[in-house]
Amino acid sequence: MENEKFDLKGEVETLREACLKPTRTFGRSTQLWVGFLLIIIGWGLYCYIHQLRHGLGVTAMRNYVSWGLYISTFVFFIGISHSGTLVSAILRITKQEWRRPITRSAELLTFVSLCFGGIQPIIDLGRPDRIANLVIFGRLQSPLIWDIISICTYFTGSTVFLFLPMIPDMALCRDRIGECTTRYRKFKKRLYTFLALGWQGTKSQWHRLETTMTIMTIIIIPVAVSVHTVVSYIFAMTLRPGWDSTLFGPYFVVGALYSGSACVILGMAAFRKLYHLEKYITERHFDLIGKVVLALTMVYAYMNLNEYWIPAYKMATAEGHLLADLFTGSYSKAFWTCQFGTVLLPIVVMSFPKGRKITPLVITCIIIAIGAWVKRYLIVVPTLLHPFMPIQEVPESWSTYFPNYVEFSVTAACLAGIFLIVTLFSKLFPMMAVWEVEEGLEIDHDSKTAVEIRTKRHADESKESEISKVQAIK
Amino acid sequence: MNKKIEESPEQDSGKTGRRNFLRFGALAAGLTVVGGGLTKVFSDAKDSGDKIKVFTPDGKLFEADSSNLCEYRPAPVSNEEARKGIPNKKFVMVFDLSKCDGCKKCTEACQKMHYTESDREWIKVFTMHEAEAEAPYYLPKPCFHCDNPTCTKVCPVNATFKRQDGIVLIDNERCIGCRMCMAACPYSTRFFNWSHPSSAQKKAIGNIAYSPEQSIPRRMGTVEKCDFCPDMIRQGKMPACVSGCPMDVIYFGDQNEDAVTNASGVTVKLSQFLEQNAGYRQLEELGTEPRVYYLPPKNRKYPVPELNSLEGGKKPKKHGGNEMGHMSM
Repeated sequence: MENEKFDLKGEVETLREACLKPTRTFGRSTQLWVGFLLIIIGWGLYCYIHQLRHGLGVTAMRNYVSWGLYISTFVFFIGISHSGTLVSAILRITKQEWRRPITRSAELLTFVSLCFGGIQPIIDLGRPDRIANLVIFGRLQSPLIWDIISICTYFTGSTVFLFLPMIPDMALCRDRIGECTTRYRKFKKRLYTFLALGWQGTKSQWHRLETTMTIMTIIIIPVAVSVHTVVSYIFAMTLRPGWDSTLFGPYFVVGALYSGSACVILGMAAFRKLYHLEKYITERHFDLIGKVVLALTMVYAYMNLNEYWIPAYKMATAEGHLLADLFTGSYSKAFWTCQFGTVLLPIVVMSFPKGRKITPLVITCIIIAIGAWVKRYLIVVPTLLHPFMPIQEVPESWSTYFPNYVEFSVTAACLAGIFLIVTLFSKLFPMMAVWEVEEGLEIDHDSKTAVEIRTKRHADESKESEISKVQAIK
Repeated sequence: MNKKIEESPEQDSGKTGRRNFLRFGALAAGLTVVGGGLTKVFSDAKDSGDKIKVFTPDGKLFEADSSNLCEYRPAPVSNEEARKGIPNKKFVMVFDLSKCDGCKKCTEACQKMHYTESDREWIKVFTMHEAEAEAPYYLPKPCFHCDNPTCTKVCPVNATFKRQDGIVLIDNERCIGCRMCMAACPYSTRFFNWSHPSSAQKKAIGNIAYSPEQSIPRRMGTVEKCDFCPDMIRQGKMPACVSGCPMDVIYFGDQNEDAVTNASGVTVKLSQFLEQNAGYRQLEELGTEPRVYYLPPKNRKYPVPELNSLEGGKKPKKHGGNEMGHMSM
């Protein structure tokens, strides 16, 4: 017994140090990486300023394709933001013990992708200087206003959801600041002290934290579902072929959950490797979350079937033109590659236990992430190129669309922004919820101890009975 | 002699006396008056050499270079007025397709009136060929000013709105440029100002006050479209496309009066006209309730359109087969 207890303490200590170690250094490679990201962001900013000065005409968008890469990226980023809700809230509410080491990274992904997803429509605005009009003249009947309301709610909620479980960890960082040797020690100490909100780990504080977490877990799930539903409504509320679909809400929500959880796997793999967390994020975790992605892919496949097979069977005129273009026309290569890569391939790969090993899983998830992005583009652009009225005698650039360097640069800057915030975050705060993993260790330990105690007692009992038997014989 | 002649914005449009006086002056100078008011629009920066005699508002005779003359525009109505619309009217337009020969004079008149760049056709003439067995025909398409407009519903800031006289307008000084209305419009009627208006256009328009009723001066990053020329209607005139049509294709009028009139001044009883000629609206099944009606192209009074330009020859690379003049629905 004594021996076991000592081991648990040691385990907890190793865990704490493993989690805090990356927050104490800012190595050469990190500096280079941050510098690289800053260059991309700088160039993107320059392009955006160029766009502000000369208008959206510097992009490839024209009068038929009036929404392009920015809106596709908006849908994609808001989609990944569902990862945090899925992994944290759903797995928390269903009491999945294995969620513990991955909740923090998932919640962080939610937070940053919402930040950068949320600014996409603003980047896409013709008059960002008039953004206050949304408050002054805002009308509830516009799907865009629904988007703004639900995204702001979700952003606030997921920020709280990210921050709450950080409080005990902040206290830990604060208490161990002595071991930190970087230049910014003083600043860090002040930051941790502030963010710990006077956390002392008393019983009432734990109780309050747990109650709030439970409430937030329950609230955040419907909010997350509402977000992607209304994102789909900016398309589904129009009469356009390809968008005018009652399935769009659930279709977008499932697509979001599935691409989001794939991105969580990528984050897990990266942090595991970079911060040497192999001991805590194990093969088993990848296997389990692989099964989650597999299940979601199957639901997504079912949604795709409904979204394309039903209109394809009927081939109504306007819808038919669009579908013909997607299935056999100019978008067919992208469409079928996308369907095979993001639906068929993941199902095949992840159905086998070998496919849920880290390397094949990561490769599949990279394909899913890119494919999900392309899919958003295939939802937005081809529909705009298939209006009800014919496209006749217009400048060449109006009847085709491919994003140009301005759009790519600005979008790349947003992606770099996501990486930058994640990097800086991981250099300031532990990337695993230390106390949650600790709790897991304790539960694990307790159950082991319980088994041991039981076996011991059993052995004692049998010994005793033997003794009594012997005595009886005597 | 480079003095620019402009109307002061506070001038009341009701002061017809002065306008007649000006008109007289212009007539005296041997100038054709088109559409009323002082005319002549020049975007050319250079002196054209044409000297025109005009009267200034204070009654002096003046010889000015034609490049320095600006079109007379009455002071625009206030934003609130423009949002309310003209009381007791319900404007409606009818296209008699049997007379349309696709000359695009309506587009030209519209572009001239609104200082539009050549690529932007607020009224666009399509060459339609919907079925093999059917002869092709021309289809001019303005904004349909729908009674159940998909565009105004989705606008987050009420920048595009439906007025009591049936007209759908855009307030370019409120529009945030999200382009949700462009995505929502099933008729592809809306255009976006992707960049600053050209300097030639700015010069031609001059320094006039903005009003949603005249849609100019343009504002970068906002949406524009056919506006049924409410500023012309207020002066008791026809929209530019109606008066610009040499074939008398377009009828315009007030549904409350049940009468529409074309450029030659022929007035017909709207309900009877539509009923007897099988009037219809575009994509009626979408439920948008357009305020623009069409009479089918029966007994055509013009040669059948050449389809070569569309089907054969130089066909622009398109995503999908919708440039053939089929209406998709």
